Amino acid sequence: MKKSYKIEVDCANCANQMEDAAKKTKGVKDCTVSFMTLKMKVEFEDGADTDAVMKEVRANCKKVEEDCEIFL
Amino acid sequence: MNKKQKKLLLRIIIAAVFFIPLYLISEDIVHVEIPKIALIIMFLIPYLLVGYDILRKAFKGICNRQVFDENFLMAVATIGAIVLGEYGEGVAVMLLYQVGELFQSYAVGKSRRNITELMDIRPDYANLETEDGIEKVDPDEVEIGSIIVVKPGEKIPLDGVIEEGSSSLNTSALTGESKPREVSEGSEVLSGSINMTGVLRVRTTTEFDDSTASKILDLVENAASRKSKSENFISKFAKYYTPIVCCAALALAVLPPLFIMLTKLGLSGYESVGALWINWVLRACTFLVISCPCAVVISIPLSFFAGLGGASKQGILIKGSNYLETLSQVKTVAFDKTGTITKGNFAVTAVHHSPLDDAELLEYTALAECHSSHPISRSLKDAHGKYIDPARVSEVQEISGHGVIAKVDGKDVAVGNEKLMARVGAEYQPCSHAGTIIHVALDGVYCGHIVISDELKENSKEAMQALRRAGVTKTVMLTGDARSVAERVAQDVGLTDYRAELLPADKVSCVEELLGECAGNGRLAFVGDGINDAPVLSRADIGIAMGALGSDAAIEAADVVLMDDDPLKIAKAIRISRKCIGIVKQNIAFALGVKLICLVLAALGIANMWVAIIADVGVMILAVLNAIRCLFVKKI
Repeated sequence: MKKSYKIEVDCANCANQMEDAAKKTKGVKDCTVSFMTLKMKVEFEDGADTDAVMKEVRANCKKVEEDCEIFL
Repeated sequence: MNKKQKKLLLRIIIAAVFFIPLYLISEDIVHVEIPKIALIIMFLIPYLLVGYDILRKAFKGICNRQVFDENFLMAVATIGAIVLGEYGEGVAVMLLYQVGELFQSYAVGKSRRNITELMDIRPDYANLETEDGIEKVDPDEVEIGSIIVVKPGEKIPLDGVIEEGSSSLNTSALTGESKPREVSEGSEVLSGSINMTGVLRVRTTTEFDDSTASKILDLVENAASRKSKSENFISKFAKYYTPIVCCAALALAVLPPLFIMLTKLGLSGYESVGALWINWVLRACTFLVISCPCAVVISIPLSFFAGLGGASKQGILIKGSNYLETLSQVKTVAFDKTGTITKGNFAVTAVHHSPLDDAELLEYTALAECHSSHPISRSLKDAHGKYIDPARVSEVQEISGHGVIAKVDGKDVAVGNEKLMARVGAEYQPCSHAGTIIHVALDGVYCGHIVISDELKENSKEAMQALRRAGVTKTVMLTGDARSVAERVAQDVGLTDYRAELLPADKVSCVEELLGECAGNGRLAFVGDGINDAPVLSRADIGIAMGALGSDAAIEAADVVLMDDDPLKIAKAIRISRKCIGIVKQNIAFALGVKLICLVLAALGIANMWVAIIADVGVMILAVLNAIRCLFVKKI
């Protein structure tokens, strides 16, 4: 299942780090972060609880880039 | 500017106000007696004010094992400078770095807004017809099958069919074409077009999210997420670059002083051992300052985004930054014939050997064919163009495999192929033209023949010339049509090669053959009208679909969608992609080149921190400005 989220992030490098952090999160099959359109597209593993996974993705992203925000 | 940016600007201004007098005092330009300790503490005020978030982020980064990032670089460089007594430089660097960050944030935000505004062809409201009259609503709320009213000057908010009214539409938002499109009752209209002259009542056929304007916008937004090779390269690069530079800086800080101390070479140039170390550590700090990869990391995605946005404004939808890259490398283009190079209609293109006026001959044939529903008779009737009075026609006989015989105005008219001519005893003239030949005989006397063929699009020939000018070396047509027709079209339009009488599966093998031929020397693009070309479109390096207004199948299968039928757009797409990639390469070369030079200068001790930070910010500003150029593709 794929979902798209609006994000806020300051620099392109941070966006890349968010993408890496999200990809490493359990339950996430693949993820693309577009710095230009400020959108994060997440493809979830089958049967994953999207809300719970996204909460963890958000926490992981906050670890690498404090200033970022994912609007859930 | 948003709230965060405004807050940063305020911090910068206040810090600068504190900093300038302190700097003048510390450099003895203004003579004021202040104990050193007090000066140091006072310097810390602007430093912490402008840099506290950088320091905090660097600290948090270390805690989270994300050690090597920009914040770390800046923190180490500035703290190092202050500890070594260069208070002025340390604070200045932090101040200027934040100025750079603010500018970057502003520039990117503004570009993003510009590009999305440019692409925003979605209307904000719809005039819905309800029982109580016309109500202005959000287009999201309009259900399929409702009637909406579009007044002159308004944007059509949803796809639909005209119930009442006629007008001219400006479809430039969708196709990039400024020529108006005439519409009337029964015409299909698409959201995003602008109604120009008359009031229209439209019955909607889609919901807002599925309307053409929304689909186009989604396509372009998604395209920005599809990263190109350059973008992936830059991401990887930035990951390795920063740790490498930090290690290099460390080496620069430690190795040369150790070397000089051990070998005593050049030691005389320094006042003391302390000064030796300070000199090199400062150089290392400057090194760190210059090494920030921001300029490249920011400008590359921005260039692609601008390129995608600019192209979509021209009616060229490119579905990914990676396709933009591949497009710029295209040297071979293969085409489908019908619907791509030709109009796909069948029209009268010539009348030969007729003793009568062309118009008169057409009149007789149209009348004779007036009851027939055959596509050829439709072409004949269209060519005649005027009203056909069935009263003038009698005794119509349709002879299958031959043609039609009828009495028109008392005359015996025979319209058909050679077999029909033989049957009525008329000696016919064969035709050297490719196409379907319709012979006509009046009262048993041969009166010439009419050539019906697939018309070339007006721009096809010019399109091929434009492609050649754009650097495409091979243009090949692939068609299922007869060899003679294909040869004719290829000659008329100016193609380098053609393959005819192909079955659909053959088209794929042709493309594979062409791919083999051009391997290593440019890429292959295939242009088709999408509907039955899906396998070929996906096999080619780039699949380009034409005239895709509304065609879901084409949008799915192709990598590039041309919103109208114009073959000239193919060359335009290639030129746009070349400009964009050119700018990307310029930025990479410029940014990395300048950085490298500055790094060397810093290592040699020639550049100090002021120079470093100005070079860093300067490069970034120029790279961003250059990236915006990708938007301006109208005149290409």
